[in-house]
Amino acid sequence: MAINHTISVLVSNEVGVLSRIVDLFSGRGYNIESLTVAPTIDSIYSRVTIVTPGDDDVIEQICKQLNRLIPVIKVANLSIGEAIEYEIGLLKVSVNDENRAEFLNIVTQAGAKIMDLNEKIYTVKIDGDEKAVQTFAELVRPFGIKEFVRSGKVAITKAGQFQNFKKPKEENAINKLFS
Amino acid sequence: MNKVMYSGAEILLKSLVKEGVEEVFGYPGGVVLPLYDALYLQNDIKHYLVRHEQAAVHAAEGYARVSGRAGVAIVTSGPGACNTVTGLANAYYDGTPLILITGQVNSKLIGADAFQEADVVGITRSCCKHNYLVKDVRDLARIIKEAFYIATTGKKGPVVIDIPVDVFNSKYTFDYPKNVELVGYNPTYKGHPLQIKKALDAILDSKRPVIISGGGVIASDAHRELTELATRLNIPVVHTLMGTGTFPDSLETSLGMMGMHGNYCANLTVSNADLIFAIGTRFSDRITGCLKRFARDAQVIHIDIDPCSISKNVKASIPIVGDIKNVLNTMLQLYSKTHHKPDLQQQNKWFGEIMEWKKKVAIARKTSDKLSAITVLNEIYNFTKDDEPVVCTEVGQHQMWTAQNFKFNQPRKLITSGGLGTMGFGFPAAMGACVANKNKYVLNIAGDGSIQMNIQELMTCVDYKFKVINCIINNGYLGMVRQWQEKIYNEHYSQTKISSPDFVKLAQSYGALGIRVEHEDEIVPALKEALSYNGPVVIDFICESFEMVYPWVLAGEPIDKVLLSREEV
Repeated sequence: MAINHTISVLVSNEVGVLSRIVDLFSGRGYNIESLTVAPTIDSIYSRVTIVTPGDDDVIEQICKQLNRLIPVIKVANLSIGEAIEYEIGLLKVSVNDENRAEFLNIVTQAGAKIMDLNEKIYTVKIDGDEKAVQTFAELVRPFGIKEFVRSGKVAITKAGQFQNFKKPKEENAINKLFS
Repeated sequence: MNKVMYSGAEILLKSLVKEGVEEVFGYPGGVVLPLYDALYLQNDIKHYLVRHEQAAVHAAEGYARVSGRAGVAIVTSGPGACNTVTGLANAYYDGTPLILITGQVNSKLIGADAFQEADVVGITRSCCKHNYLVKDVRDLARIIKEAFYIATTGKKGPVVIDIPVDVFNSKYTFDYPKNVELVGYNPTYKGHPLQIKKALDAILDSKRPVIISGGGVIASDAHRELTELATRLNIPVVHTLMGTGTFPDSLETSLGMMGMHGNYCANLTVSNADLIFAIGTRFSDRITGCLKRFARDAQVIHIDIDPCSISKNVKASIPIVGDIKNVLNTMLQLYSKTHHKPDLQQQNKWFGEIMEWKKKVAIARKTSDKLSAITVLNEIYNFTKDDEPVVCTEVGQHQMWTAQNFKFNQPRKLITSGGLGTMGFGFPAAMGACVANKNKYVLNIAGDGSIQMNIQELMTCVDYKFKVINCIINNGYLGMVRQWQEKIYNEHYSQTKISSPDFVKLAQSYGALGIRVEHEDEIVPALKEALSYNGPVVIDFICESFEMVYPWVLAGEPIDKVLLSREEV
């Protein structure tokens, strides 16, 4: 079944690497649901986090194809293990005197934060996993959402697991995936 | 100490020499002037001037496929580079190592819509293994080193190096790097030992095994290992179009080509196998037919150096990522040590079935007095077989007839466009083959349609006295498309009747030898004349228009549904 997968890709931070990744998706008819890119702590690398729908075979093929790109150093399907996933939603919501108290209550309950406001509009930030952002947006929808901007997802494996920065030197690394 | 400074153009040529390049194919232009000037001033590298940039890339591919070394082509920016796209895509598909040097406008003008500017890195991204835009002459030698490494390792392929004119002119010292450091590129060469053991056990336990040998066997130079393993284990071998020559056709266990126009026997063997040992094949739709009904009882073992090819189309139960030569050697060593032997009785039973299928062959039927293409090709084969020449083909009916009727006992002898199916590939590829072959004669089997796609290269061949013998199967149609129209589109021959110039006169006007053949008794004399001629030849075989390629599996059908003659529906 085509469910969303989060794929974390470590790449060399060089010109054109994002185009190569995006071209791969469009050229082979894969979809990108969301995409975030930023340099890692070592700025010669960047981390690309891609959310893409697909069944297991498709995702396996996407991961292999990504690995085939020369500037791609490591590909991890974070949906396989449990990962910490995070995204941010920024919303402008209309609020009036009658519903202000109720709105502020939702904001507090959801752990959202007011970033900016005037008499009529509150700009709030909500962060968390995809569901948290989605739920918050649904909760404040009745107030009137004027604008909704959402980041792509970033994700990291849990404390005990690591994604190595260096591609394993061992020759059979890829074979291990299969055995 | 003052180090000697070289221009980017000189650095490029010096790097090519370091990589062992002796011959390049190309076409000059504005922004590569500094490079052509540097070429003019040296004697290490011979440049062959083609007549179209597409031909330069095909020629480099023909060269690479015959020699096993990376081919090199040089073109100018904009239109020159754009003309190479088909050649790149062809080489990418068929896994041929190539280096394409494209000139680029001055790096300060990139993006300014300068004269003859094209976003070459963008355009070629999806049809090459990797590409570079060199922005600084200091990176040039390293990039060339990396490019050759990437092109010739892993699943081989073309790499494009786009070099702005100011980089050709800038000066820097020359220090060719010894090693390549690419963190993101580490092809797997050694197969996983447990997987190999598992595979060997599965093969020995199987009752109806078959090997599918693909182009990867040639790329890995593993035909000897394949032959040894298949012979020792007594497993029948079928090959794909790209795998032609990997297993000698002269051996009894060779069942020939499989796929859409493969042998009945090869297709039936694969369809009825309980184990498919696939070696260096992508399982293209042209060999699997209907994927859902492909070899339903078979367990699949798949060796490939490219993990992407494994389980892409056909799910492999025992995947082995690695270099084929390495993996097969490991398997042979394991087999020498194991007491596990194949079941002779089962093998005899399986071969018994296969021998029955071998009896069923396509039935040719003559519909007019004109020459039969199949007769012509058989005559060409018989006349030339002792020389074992390199045979190039274009794409279409003649290509399939060549694959079906010529027997190949060595790899790198059939050079054909497999994946992309590029008409116009064969002739320039034959030029490259001639160069790689030190000008032994090369056959190019062509159709009257295909040959017209790069006919201008006759001039190149005349200039360099390339002994390319073009055998045109001239049937007045784009035969393969016509064949589909006859069978599937109610004989609506939409735009497939194609006229041609007088090929004999055309050849003569270029300064080549032209011969026309209309009767069977003229075939051998024509070939004799062609072989004794010191230069390119065009033989125009006027053939029957409505001959069909059989066996034929219609698109979407499973490969055991083989049509053997026109009468079958």
